[in-house]
Amino acid sequence: MTKDLEPRLMSGNQAVALAALHLGVSLGVGYPGTPSTEILENFSLFGGLAQWSPNEKVALEVGIGVAYSGARALVTMKHVGVNVAADPLFTVAYTGVPGGLVLISADDPGMGSSQNEQDNRRYAVAAGVMMLEPADAQESYDFLFEAFRLSEEWKLPVLFRMTTRVCHSRGIVRPRTASPQEEAPAFVRDPRTYVMIPGYARPAHKRLRQKLNDIQQWNESSALNEIHEGDSSLGIITAGVTYLHTREAAPEASVLKLGMTYPLPLETIRKFAASVDRCLVIEENDPYMVDAILAAGIPCEGKEEMYRFGELNIARVKHIIDGDHGDEAPPPPGKPPELCKGCPHRMAFAVMNKFNCIIAGDIGCYTLSVLPPFESLDTCVCMGASVGVGLGLRHALPDEEARRVISVIGDSTFVHSGLTGIVEMVYNPPKTGHVLVILDNGTTAMTGMQEHPGTGRALDHEQTGKLVFENVIRAMGVPNVHVVSRPQDFEALLRESLEKDELSVIILRKVCILAEPKLARYEAANKTTKD
Amino acid sequence: MDTRITNVVIAGLGGQGVIRAANILAETAFRAGLDVKQGEIHGMSQRGGSVTSDIRFGAKVHSPMVPTGEADFVLVMHPSQEANNSHHLKKEGIFISVSGFLGEGKSKISDLDADESNPVTERNCNIALLGILSEYLPFDDALWEASIRGNLPARFHDDNLEVFAYGKTRAAF
Repeated sequence: MTKDLEPRLMSGNQAVALAALHLGVSLGVGYPGTPSTEILENFSLFGGLAQWSPNEKVALEVGIGVAYSGARALVTMKHVGVNVAADPLFTVAYTGVPGGLVLISADDPGMGSSQNEQDNRRYAVAAGVMMLEPADAQESYDFLFEAFRLSEEWKLPVLFRMTTRVCHSRGIVRPRTASPQEEAPAFVRDPRTYVMIPGYARPAHKRLRQKLNDIQQWNESSALNEIHEGDSSLGIITAGVTYLHTREAAPEASVLKLGMTYPLPLETIRKFAASVDRCLVIEENDPYMVDAILAAGIPCEGKEEMYRFGELNIARVKHIIDGDHGDEAPPPPGKPPELCKGCPHRMAFAVMNKFNCIIAGDIGCYTLSVLPPFESLDTCVCMGASVGVGLGLRHALPDEEARRVISVIGDSTFVHSGLTGIVEMVYNPPKTGHVLVILDNGTTAMTGMQEHPGTGRALDHEQTGKLVFENVIRAMGVPNVHVVSRPQDFEALLRESLEKDELSVIILRKVCILAEPKLARYEAANKTTKD
Repeated sequence: MDTRITNVVIAGLGGQGVIRAANILAETAFRAGLDVKQGEIHGMSQRGGSVTSDIRFGAKVHSPMVPTGEADFVLVMHPSQEANNSHHLKKEGIFISVSGFLGEGKSKISDLDADESNPVTERNCNIALLGILSEYLPFDDALWEASIRGNLPARFHDDNLEVFAYGKTRAAF
C-alpha cells in the first residue's frame, strides 16, 4: 500500500479537504465560519489552491465561475453563510454547471458557535439542488467523490450538508486512489444556458424540475442510501450523524440510512416503511424528512417538538424511540467564554461603557462583551447588521436618545458586509448623524485567526492586495474618519463624535493578543521574500 | 469479538490543551488497531470557556459522543471543572483530576508551577493526566510515545515524555 492510501485519523473537515485534493479540485473558496473553517485551511496545507473571499456570496460566485469553465470548485461556509450566498445559489440551480460545483453548508445544531440553528436542508428543497449528508469522517471523504461525480453527471450544483459533529469529530479514514479531472478547463459560450433573462430562465426552470425528477428515480436505487436489516418491529429512517447515535441507541432496529436527502427516494422509503411494524423518522433540527414522507402518504412517526432543539445524542434518540417526553436535565453549567486577558476589545468596551451608549453590535469575539463584566452590547443579529440596525435606531428614536446610538463591528465582519452599511449611512444619514466604531484587531479572531482583505495577506498568509479601511470609507463620503489605538484618544474622539450631528467612523486599530506573534512572523516572512 | 467500547471524557478550559490530549489518546488507540471516534465542540469555547472532548474506542464505534453517565474515565485538567464534569462518569468509572498533583492545601492550577517536588506544570498537566490514564489502558508505552511525539513540536518531546512517565508513577491502584 502506498503511503497515500494508508488509513489515518481525521476530522470530517480534514477528510473533505483530502478528498478535494484527491479529486483535483481546481479552487477551494469560502468565508471562515465555525464549524466549516478548517476545510479550506487543510486543503491549502495539503497543497490545494484555496482562498478566503470577503463573504459567502462572493465565494459562491467565484465557485460558479470556476465551474462554468469546466473545472471543479469547492465552496465552504457555515449555515448562516448560505443565507448570504442564497442569491447566486437559487439561480445557479437553473443554469447548471459544466464543471463540478459542491457547496458545503456546515450547520450548527445546538448553536455551539452560532446565532441560530437554522436547518439548511430547507435550502436544498427551496433552491432545487441535490443534497448529500455524510455521517462521519470516512463518509465525508467518500461522499465528496460522489458529490463531484453527481454534479458533473447531472451538470448541477450539489449541497453537501455537514453538521458540527461531523465537521469536528475524528474517525478513521481510508483514502482511495486519486481521481482528478481529465479535461482541461475551457469556456463554451452558451448564453441560453448561462444568461438568465426571463426568456431563457423559464425553460431553465422546467429543465431543472425534470432533472430533479430523474435524479429522484436514480436515488431510489443509489448506493448512497443503505438499509441495516434488523428486527422488523421497529424501523428507523435517519441520516447524517443521527444514524450513528441510532445504531447504538437501538442496535436491534432496522434502519434506513439516507445519504442523499434531496430529492428523497420516496419509493425506497415507502417500501421500507411497509416492511416494519413501526416506522420512526429520527432527524436533528427541523422535521424536514418526516414532513416530506408524510406528505407522500407514507405512514410514519416523527419526534416530539422538544427534540427539535439542540443536538441529538444516543440518550435522546433512545428517548425518542421510547416516547419519553419528560423534561431533560440540563448539563451542569460550565465556565462561559470571555474576552482574553490583554484583548484590545476589553479596553474598547471599558471606554464605550463610560458613555451610556445604545450599542448595535455585530458578530465576532467582541460579541462576548454582552456578558459580564462588560455587558455592553444591546443588539446582535447577523454579520454586518450593526450598521443598519444602528442607523434604524437613529432614524426612529427621539433626537436625544438617537445621539446615544453607536454601531460596533470587527474588521473581518466589516469587509464581509459592513461596507454596504457605510453606503447606506452616506446615502440616508440620520439627522443626528451616526457613529461607527470598527474594532480592527488585524485578523478574523473568533474563527481562529484567518486572514481577510484588510490584512493584506491571503489564506496561506502570503502577501496580496490590501483593503485600507480608512481610504475606502473616506472615498465613500464619510466626512469624519479617524484611526486610533490609545484608549485616551479613543475616548476623546468618541466623546467628540457623539456630540456632533455628523457621520463619523472611528477605527480602533490594535492587534489581537493571540494573533500578535503569528502576524509578526508572517510580516517578517513576507518582507524576506520581497527583499 | 469484544464489542465493548471504552469511553473517555477529557475536560478543562479553553487554551489548556484538552484537544491535544484527546488527539494523543485517540491516536494511541488508532495505532493499537482499534476503531476510534473523537468529538468536541470548539468555537466560542476557545475563549477561556469550558471545553470537553469525547474519545471512544473499541472494535467498532458508531457515535462520536460519550453517552451521559457512561464514561469509563473522566480526565479533568482544571480544578474548577471537576463539579460540572462528574456527571459524565459511570458508577464504577475512574475520575482523574489535576487536583491530585497539587500539594496539601493547594487548590489553584498555578500552584503546579511553583511546586518543585514534581515535573508537572500548568502547561504539561494534560500529558501527566494521560500518564495516569495509560496505567488503566492496554496500550504499549511505545504507542503512547509515538503519539506524543507526533502531536508536539520536537523541542517539547523530552519534557512531555518525562511528565508522562511521572504520571504513570502517580496512578493509584
